[in-house]
Amino acid sequence: MFLSINNVNKQFKNRDNKEETVLTNIDLQVKEGEFVSILGPSGCGKSTLLSIVAGLTPQTSGELVLQGKTLKGPGKERGMVFQQAALFPWLTVEENVMFPLRKELSKKEAQERASKYLSLVQLSPYAKHSPHELSGGMQQRVSIARALAMDPALLLMDEPFGALDEQTRSRLHEVLENVFLETKKTILFVTHSIHEALKLSDRIVVMGTQPGRIVDIIELDFPRPREKAREELLGYEERIKALLKTEIDKVIEKEQQYATRS
Amino acid sequence: MQPVVKRILFYGILLAVWQVAVTVLDVSVSLLPAPTDVFSSLYTGFLDLTLVYDLVASFKRLVIGLLIALVLGLILGVFLAKSKTADETLGSLIIALQSVPSIVWLPLAIMWFGLNEAAVTFIVVLGATLVMTINVRTGMKNVPPLFIKAAQTMDYKGLRLFWKVMFPASIPYIVTGTRLAWAFAWRALMAGELLSTGPGLGYKLKFASDFGDMSLVIAIMMMIMVIGVIVDLLFFQRIERNVMKKWGLDT
Repeated sequence: MFLSINNVNKQFKNRDNKEETVLTNIDLQVKEGEFVSILGPSGCGKSTLLSIVAGLTPQTSGELVLQGKTLKGPGKERGMVFQQAALFPWLTVEENVMFPLRKELSKKEAQERASKYLSLVQLSPYAKHSPHELSGGMQQRVSIARALAMDPALLLMDEPFGALDEQTRSRLHEVLENVFLETKKTILFVTHSIHEALKLSDRIVVMGTQPGRIVDIIELDFPRPREKAREELLGYEERIKALLKTEIDKVIEKEQQYATRS
Repeated sequence: MQPVVKRILFYGILLAVWQVAVTVLDVSVSLLPAPTDVFSSLYTGFLDLTLVYDLVASFKRLVIGLLIALVLGLILGVFLAKSKTADETLGSLIIALQSVPSIVWLPLAIMWFGLNEAAVTFIVVLGATLVMTINVRTGMKNVPPLFIKAAQTMDYKGLRLFWKVMFPASIPYIVTGTRLAWAFAWRALMAGELLSTGPGLGYKLKFASDFGDMSLVIAIMMMIMVIGVIVDLLFFQRIERNVMKKWGLDT
C-alpha cells in the first residue's frame, strides 16, 4: 500500500491537566494517485490527523508507513498546503516557490522548476511580484505550487480553500483538479465542506467526534469533472449529511452542557 | 493647503514672532538671543568649520556606539527569545535597566574608562543596546508559528530555519529596534558629551554655555533637533514603512 495509517491514536493533556482523546484507532489505506478527502465537523481531529501525517505533530501511538518507510518527523516527500498560504513576505512569488529547492538544486534549475509549477497554477506573470500584491486565492495557488515544486509523493492539504470566498473557491477547485490530473499526485485533503469533498475526491473518509474516529469511508467512482454526475452525487450528499448530523448534534450537546455548567 | 506650505508658514511666523518679541521687549542676548543672532552663530560656525568638526566628531562616536549596540542587541535578543531561563532572569534585568536613563551611568563609566571617548561611547552603547534587545526578542517571539511549520515541511530545521525564516520574519521588529536605538543613542550621546568631554556637539554646547554665548547654545540645539528629525523621518521611518508594507503589517 502507498500510505498506511495503522491504528493511530492521539491524546493530549488539556488545561485541567486531564487526558483528552483527539483520535482513536485511525486506520486508513491510501492508494497511489488517489484523491482522498477527510471530512468531518470541527473538533473531530481531522486537521490533527493531517498534521500527524505531515510529521508536525507526533502521534501518541500507532504507525504511519509511506512507500514502505515508517514516517517520523516532517520530510520532503510530503508537501503541505495550509489554510493560510503561509508565503514568506520577504521573498517574491518565484523565490517562495524556489524556497524548498535551494539546498539541492542550482539557482537556474530551481528557477526552471518554479516557473513550471507557477504556470501549472496559472500564475506565471506574477513570478516577480510580492505576495502581498496578490489576492488570497492567488496566494493559495502559489502555496500549492510551492508544495508541488519539491515533487512530493504525497500532497497534504488542510482546508486550503476554507478562507476564500465562494467564487474563488470554485475556481481553485478547477485548478486543483487540473493539477491532480496532470501531476497524478496522491492527495490527502481535509475539509468540512461536503460539496468540496464530493467534487474532488475518489474517496471520502467521514470522521466523527468525541473521540475523533472514522465513521465511514465512501467510494466515489465517477468520471471527472463531476458536474455531469450531479444527481448521483446528491444521493451521496444526503447520506453524508445524515452521518454528520449525529456527530454535529453531539458537539452541540456538549457545548450546551459546557454553557450551563459555567 | 499643502502640509508643506502650512509648515513653512508656521515656522516663518514662529521665527518672526520670536524676532519681533526679542527686539520690542529688548531682551538681553544672554537671556534669549534673536533668531538673527542664532543664524549668524550658525553661519560663522559652519564658515570656520568648527561646528562641522564637532558634528563629525559626534557622529563618529554615535556610529561606533550604535553599531556595537545593534550587534549586542541582536545577540542578546535572540538569546532571550531562545532561552526561557535567560528570558525570566536576564530579561527582567534588561527591562528594569531600561527605566534607568543611560546617562546616570556616566560617573561609573568615567571611573572605569576615564574622562574620554570610551566613557561617552559606553553611555551610547548602553542607551541603545537595551531597546534593541527588547525589540529583537519580541520580533523572534512573534514569528508566526505557521511560517515555522511550513518551513519544517520543506525540510528546514536548526540554523538554516533560523537564518532563512526566523530572522527575516522578525526584520520589521529589528528595523523598529534600530530606529529606537538610534533615538536613544542620539540623546545619550548629547547628554554624555555635555557632561564629559569633547570634541562634539554636546561638548560645544557646554563650552558655549560656560562663555555665556546663548546664540551658539541655541544654534547647537537647532542642529541637534534638525539632525534628529532628518535621520528619523527621512531615513528610519521611510525604511520602516516600506518594510511594514512588504511584510503585510500595515493594515
